Amino acid sequence: MKGMTIIVKTVSSWVKVLIVLFGIYIILFGHLTPGGGFAGGVILASSYVLLMLAFGREFVQKDLPLALDSKLDCLGAFFFALIAILGLVFSGVFFVNFLYQKYLPGQPLKLISAGTIPLSNIAIGLKVGASLFLVIFLLSTFRRDTSAGR
Amino acid sequence: MAISAVTFWRLLHGVCPEQCEELAMTERMVAITMAIFYVLLLFMIIAAITAIETKNLLSSVICVGAIGFGASLMFLFLRAPDIAITQIVVEVLGLIILIRATISRDLTFITGDKEFFGTVISVVIIFVIFLAGVKVFETLPDFGTAIFAEVPNAASKKYIAEGLQKTGAANIVSSVILDYRAYDTLGETTVLFTSIVGATVILRKKAKKQLEDPD
Amino acid sequence: MPYALCFLLFMLGLYCAVVKKNMVKIVIGIMVMEYAVNLFLVMLGYRSGGTAPIIDKTQFDPATQQIAAGFLNTSVDPLPQALVLTAIVISLGSLALMISICVRTYEKYGTFDITQIRRLKG
Repeated sequence: MKGMTIIVKTVSSWVKVLIVLFGIYIILFGHLTPGGGFAGGVILASSYVLLMLAFGREFVQKDLPLALDSKLDCLGAFFFALIAILGLVFSGVFFVNFLYQKYLPGQPLKLISAGTIPLSNIAIGLKVGASLFLVIFLLSTFRRDTSAGR
Repeated sequence: MAISAVTFWRLLHGVCPEQCEELAMTERMVAITMAIFYVLLLFMIIAAITAIETKNLLSSVICVGAIGFGASLMFLFLRAPDIAITQIVVEVLGLIILIRATISRDLTFITGDKEFFGTVISVVIIFVIFLAGVKVFETLPDFGTAIFAEVPNAASKKYIAEGLQKTGAANIVSSVILDYRAYDTLGETTVLFTSIVGATVILRKKAKKQLEDPD
Repeated sequence: MPYALCFLLFMLGLYCAVVKKNMVKIVIGIMVMEYAVNLFLVMLGYRSGGTAPIIDKTQFDPATQQIAAGFLNTSVDPLPQALVLTAIVISLGSLALMISICVRTYEKYGTFDITQIRRLKG
């Protein structure tokens, strides 16, 4: 799949940085401002979709291979389950917010607060972003190969 | 709804006594918000009718994008900013997926017998269900009254009152999905994972040759 | 009345999913139904003149660690918003699954028409 013109390529390589930064901001500050893991994850996925539309599929295949993407997806899900099991290990109840209640309360309305909630946001953002990019990439790969074969 | 319509009419015609300035200000904001809701809902319904009835697939896909955009604006005015962000980006990604599927396929127009009788029966049944639904919605409290404030032991009151102290998160929706109701988030992760694995398995091409050879 | 308009949107999506013969139109009908249901759930929790359920500096007193007393009376319901947030992301995943089924069927039969697919057997 070929990319687009040189103007689109230049502008999207600048805009991509802003989109990734915005997505990371929404994930990290999810417990203080609107957003959270889901919104930030889909924003990260859409930055890679922009890259795929502007530069072509082979460029993104070199940049973020499918095997690495699947591993990031599984890593996000595993990290989320690990936080849940650590709650069981440290406090006896599955999925409790053990960091806030025992070890690291932090101050309200600051970045380091609310215990395991920012960590869960990061895990979910990683998982959702990797999953959605994976399926859009596979759909465009499938389309090219079949319409060339027909 | 009648009260806000009267207020909106008064606003339009500038007929308002000077004594109730502050009261009119709040009522004016409420009336403007209700008018925005009606305009957005009407926009979404017109876009839905267009998406259903046009024969060109690309036009109907673009109208679905317009419905999603109207829904995101409505979420913003319904005081749900997290959902507005998520809805607008999900709608853009969904539009890309739908256009990918339809843009270079053979857009054959569906000909053949129209099945008039089946269509009429479906429309009649759907209309009856719609009338029954409208009757049910009249038993709900009015739009705009807080339902959770009237239920005696609502969970939402506890989440709002104690959310910051018990979990430390200033965003109460985040503390609900990741601390009070974290099992639902675990279930959502599982469902998303399963659907992506299913889509990956369906879109696989290498095993096709081995399956067709012995036949 | 806004509830009835939202339900009308749901019924339009149901009509499209039941009556149409084009597979992509059926998928579009299911998407419209999902938008209508998410909208209805968030509309249930709305309060006229309310504020978003986010605590910022103006409502929080750091000296006594207390939330302002009026917050409970002006905030909208956070529980439907939490449920709808996950439902929107799941709808994207299920859309991807449905479109991959449609694309696969098009590759095998050459058309999006479901009546043709019933007749071409084998």
